[in-house]
Amino acid sequence: MNKRINAVLVLLIAVLIGWYAVSPKTPFVQGLDLASGIHLTYRADTTDSEPSEIKERMLSLRDVIERRVNIFGVSEPIVQIETGLGEDGQDEHRIIVELPGVTDVDEAVAQIGKTPELEFKLGLVSTSTIPVDTENQENATTSLGLVYVPSGLSGKDIIKSQLQFNSGAAGNETGVLVTFSEEGKEKLTKITSENIGVVMGIFLDGQVISAPVIREAITDGNAVISGTFTTDEARSLNRDLNFGALPFSVELIGSQSIGPSLGVDTWERSVKALGFGLLVVSLYMIAWYRKNGIVAAICLLIYAAVVLALFKLVPVTLTAAGIAGFILSLGMAVDANVLIFERIKDERKSGASPKDAITHGFSRAWPSIRDGNLTSIISAFILYWFSGTSLVKGFALVFLIGIIVSMFTAITISRILARALPEGKTKNA
Amino acid sequence: MWILKQRKYFYALSAVLLIASIASIWIWGLKPSIEFTGGSIIETRYATENMPTQDQLSDDLANAGFEGFSIRQADGNAFIVRTKNLTAEERQEITTVLSREGSFVERFNIVGPTLGKELIRKATTAGILVVLAVVLYVAYAFRKVSKPVSSWIYGVVTIATLAFDVLIPTGVFAVLGHFAGVEVDSLFITAILVILGYSINDTIVVFDRVRENLDRSKENKSGETFEHLVGRSLNETFVRSLNTSGTTLAALVILYFMGSSATQLFSLALGIGVIAGTFSSLFLAAPMLVNIDKVPDTKTPDTKK
Repeated sequence: MNKRINAVLVLLIAVLIGWYAVSPKTPFVQGLDLASGIHLTYRADTTDSEPSEIKERMLSLRDVIERRVNIFGVSEPIVQIETGLGEDGQDEHRIIVELPGVTDVDEAVAQIGKTPELEFKLGLVSTSTIPVDTENQENATTSLGLVYVPSGLSGKDIIKSQLQFNSGAAGNETGVLVTFSEEGKEKLTKITSENIGVVMGIFLDGQVISAPVIREAITDGNAVISGTFTTDEARSLNRDLNFGALPFSVELIGSQSIGPSLGVDTWERSVKALGFGLLVVSLYMIAWYRKNGIVAAICLLIYAAVVLALFKLVPVTLTAAGIAGFILSLGMAVDANVLIFERIKDERKSGASPKDAITHGFSRAWPSIRDGNLTSIISAFILYWFSGTSLVKGFALVFLIGIIVSMFTAITISRILARALPEGKTKNA
Repeated sequence: MWILKQRKYFYALSAVLLIASIASIWIWGLKPSIEFTGGSIIETRYATENMPTQDQLSDDLANAGFEGFSIRQADGNAFIVRTKNLTAEERQEITTVLSREGSFVERFNIVGPTLGKELIRKATTAGILVVLAVVLYVAYAFRKVSKPVSSWIYGVVTIATLAFDVLIPTGVFAVLGHFAGVEVDSLFITAILVILGYSINDTIVVFDRVRENLDRSKENKSGETFEHLVGRSLNETFVRSLNTSGTTLAALVILYFMGSSATQLFSLALGIGVIAGTFSSLFLAAPMLVNIDKVPDTKTPDTKK
C-alpha cells in the first residue's frame, strides 16, 4: 500500500513541477539566437598600461560602456569583461556587450564607440537672478530643478585626478583632488571666482555624476571636490574623472546580430523538436519494454519537467544548441532505464521473484549507470571550462544538468513507480 | 557468436570506412566556418517578388568592390554571403548592396582573426583533455583485469575505437564540405567531444560484462575459452547496446528534421558518431580483445589455453 502512496505522491509532485516548467508566467531566459539581438566583442588596447592598472581600468571601461548601453533602454543588457589569449600569447582584455532585442548594429557600435564628454556646467537656480544670454540658454540642461549651463570647462582640461583623504572639520572625509592643465587653470580661476556659492555640475555623457558647490575661487588649478561622499562614491568619481575618456581605445573584433524572425523561428522549431523528441523516445520504450516501458515513459516526462524547471530556477540561458543538448540528453536519459530493465529481465531469467528482480535489477545496474555516464559527465565538464563561445558553454551546462538529473530520476523515480506496479506472477524462464 | 565468427568481415568493413574517411580528410580537408577563419557572414531574406538571383548578387557585390566572397542559397528565400572581415563602412555598404525591397537581414556575424585562432586552440585543448580523461578512466576501471588479456590492452582498444568514432564523422564532413559546401563550426567540435565521451559508454558496457564473466568463470573454473566468454558477453549486452543507442539516435533524428537549422549539422555529426560508436563497441572492440588474446606475447603468464 505504501508503495502505491509513494508513487502517487511522486506523480503529484511531478505534475506541480511540470506546471511550473511549462507555465508561460515564468519565462525561460533566452539566449540571443532565440531572443534575437546583438552580441559585440570589443578588444581593449592595453598596450600602454601597467599590468597592475589594467584590472581597475577595465572595470572603468565596463562602467562607461554600460552607461552608454543603457541609453538604448534595452531590457537586460549584458556588459562583461572577458580575458582571452591574443595572438602574441599575451592576455587579451575584452568587453562583451549583449543587447537583446536590438537590431541596429551600426547604431549600437556608434553609440558605444564615441568619444565621451566630460563637461563642467554651472547650475543656476532660476533664470531671473543671473542673466543667461540666448547662446547659453540653448545649451542649457535641466537636472534636479537646476538649469545647467556650459561653463567652458571640460574633460580636456583635466590632467589627472586622485583620491584625497582629509581630516576636515566634519571628521575624516574622502575627497577627490583634480589637477587642471594651464588652460584649464585659467578657466577655472575665472569661473570659480565669479560663481562662488553656485553649483558646478559635472556631466559625463550628458548625465550628472557629481554636483559640488563652489566654495571659493580656485587659482592654482587644483580643485578638491569633497562633501558627503562615501569612500566608494569618491572612488567612483575619481575613476570617472580620470578615465572619463574611455580608459582604453576599443576595437570591435566580433559581432553577431540575429534578426527577430530568425530568433522566433529558431525557438519554435526547437520547442517542436523537443515535444516530438519526448514523444518518440517514449513510444520507443513502450514498444520495446511494454509495461515497464510505460514506467520509463513516465519517468522520462518527469525528468523533462525537472530539468526544465531547473532551467528556470538557476536560470540557464537557453540557446538553440542548449535545447539540442536537452533533446540529446532525453535519448540518453532512457539509457539508465534500459540498463535497469535488461538487468531485471536477467534476474527473472535466473528465477528471481518479480520483487527481487526489481530490487536486484536496480542495485546491480547502478554501477553500470554511474560508470557509463561518468565519461559523458567528464566531457561535459571539459566542454564547459574550455569552451570559447557562450554557445558551447550553454550546451555543456544543459548537457551536464541533463545527465545528472537523468541518473537521479532513473534510480529513484522509476524505482518508486516500478514497485507500485501490480506484481506479475513468478515464473521460470 | 556470430559477430566474433565473422569478425574478419567487420574488420574489413571498418578498414574500408577508415581509409575512406582519412582519404577524404587528407584530400579535401574540412571547410572551417568564420568562427575559425575569421570573416563575415550575412544572411539576407528576401520578399518573394523581389528575390534576386545568385548571379545578380554576385555582380552587384563585385561592382561595389567586394572580392573573395561566396554566396550560397538558403531555404526560405535567403542568400548567405560569406566574405572577409569587414570594417564599419564596408558593413553598411554590403548591407545596402544586398538589400532589395522587402528584404531584411536575418543575421550578420563578424569574427576577427584572433577570436578564430583562440577557438582552434581551445578546441584542441579540450579534445586532448577528453581523450586523456577517457583513456585514464578505462585504464583505472579495468586495472584489476589482467587475465588473459592484460589490463592496458583494454585502454589501447579503447583508443582505437575512439579514433574510429571520431574519424568517421569527420570524414563524412570532409566529403560534405567538398561537395555541398558544408562548414565545420564550433558546434561540430562540440559534437566530436560529446561523441568521445558518449561512445565510450557502449564499449565499457561490453568490457564490463567481459570482466564480470571473467570473475564468475574464475569462481566456477568452467574452463571456458576467452573467445567463448567474450562471445557470451556480447550476446548478453547486444540488445541493451542497440537500445541505448537507438533511443539516442531517435532523439537526434527528430532534432535533425524538426529542430532549427542552427543545430541540424550538429545533430548529423552526433548521429553519425553514435552509429559509429555503437558499431565500434560491438563489432570492433570485443573482437579485438579476442584477436589480441590469440597473440602470444600479450598474454600474462600462467594462462591456461
